[in-house]
Amino acid sequence: MSQFSSTYALIRKDVHSELRTRYALNALLMFVVTAVATILFALRSDQPTSSVLSGLYWVVVFFTAMSGLSRTFVSEEERGTTMTLQLIASPSTVYFAKLLFNTALTFSMTIAVTILYMTVFSNSFVIKTFSIFAGTVILGSLGFAAASTIIAAIVAKANTRGTLYPVLSFPILIVLLMTVMGATTKALDGEEFATALPDFQILIGYFLAMTGGSYLLFEYVWKD
Amino acid sequence: MNSMTLTVDKVAKEFNRRSIFRDVSFSLSQGQSLAITGRNGSGKSTLIKVIAGLLSATRGTVAYTVDGNSLNVEDLRYHIGLVSPYLQLYDEFSGSENLELLSKIRSDLGSDSKRIQEVLEAVGLWERRSDYVRTYSSGMKQRLKYAFAVLHRPSLLLLDEPTSNLDQNGITMVAQVVAEQNRSGILIVATNDADEAAWCSSSIELGLP
Repeated sequence: MSQFSSTYALIRKDVHSELRTRYALNALLMFVVTAVATILFALRSDQPTSSVLSGLYWVVVFFTAMSGLSRTFVSEEERGTTMTLQLIASPSTVYFAKLLFNTALTFSMTIAVTILYMTVFSNSFVIKTFSIFAGTVILGSLGFAAASTIIAAIVAKANTRGTLYPVLSFPILIVLLMTVMGATTKALDGEEFATALPDFQILIGYFLAMTGGSYLLFEYVWKD
Repeated sequence: MNSMTLTVDKVAKEFNRRSIFRDVSFSLSQGQSLAITGRNGSGKSTLIKVIAGLLSATRGTVAYTVDGNSLNVEDLRYHIGLVSPYLQLYDEFSGSENLELLSKIRSDLGSDSKRIQEVLEAVGLWERRSDYVRTYSSGMKQRLKYAFAVLHRPSLLLLDEPTSNLDQNGITMVAQVVAEQNRSGILIVATNDADEAAWCSSSIELGLP
């Protein structure tokens, strides 16, 4: 019970802190708008295939996540509050609070990217199988958040944070990226829900493995 | 307040095979205090972090008991208070918001709004409780760290450079906190100031050959 209330309190602290400082939100929003606008200008009147569109969609999500999600730990490190948290909260409390906060942030970001995509590519980005798309966005966001959280915790302790984050993330996220791109293409092509089940199994497995591994590793990353 | 004992046994700390200190041993119980002195770089702050559970010792053990029962490091946060230059509070929150949020994260049920008012008045920040910490002076931030450190009535209070940035009035406030802790718990002060070291009933010096 105490672990639950601590985790909830830490999430509330992060949400209030984010709303006041806009540490991650501004970076995420600016990146989403800039990236989607650039793709729009590059494609102009071209009619890209569903696989190209889904690839570009997740490229935007990937780089947006890279520009914002590391802030959850880096901002604590830069402000010198890491030790304050170490003093008052257990490592598992910090891990789950940051994971849930990053999940909410990633999910909001993918929703924002989806709305922008559907607005600017109204002719070509048409979701024909909504259940596949919804499942992909939810499981993809969970996987992104799980991987990004532990990488952010590692990167926050390094000196070259800005460049290290995407460099470390890419090989870890490549499996997730390939799977979500494939599933999104199926959603845009209007395939049956059953065809995406293997993709969902991979995404669920990825999330569980990443979360379980991170939970075991986090204490060693967080302390010392 | 619970009755606590602290036993530090042959503790050593190394960074990249460079020895910071070694074979540090002492034992303290309720009502006892210790000053840790030593030249710059002798490892006073590092030893404070090891005692607070923020760093692990390379060798040796740090053991705590509360009411005769061994205390898990996970539960140490309910019994320990720390004031230190490397411990920061959140600039984007007000003084009272910081105390409220941090006590909730610690799951400290005893730190209600009445207790928060009590400690903010004790450190002289009650009038500025609603101002963002980023508008505080360095002395006021140091006072807020004291409010945070004593909010949950810790059995073990660790003070690293206790009077840095404080004016005479602030130093008097610290002396009151120290006197209260000397009555009710364990106090450890890391300092190079002879007046501050005199607050404690015993002392050790780090960095001796």
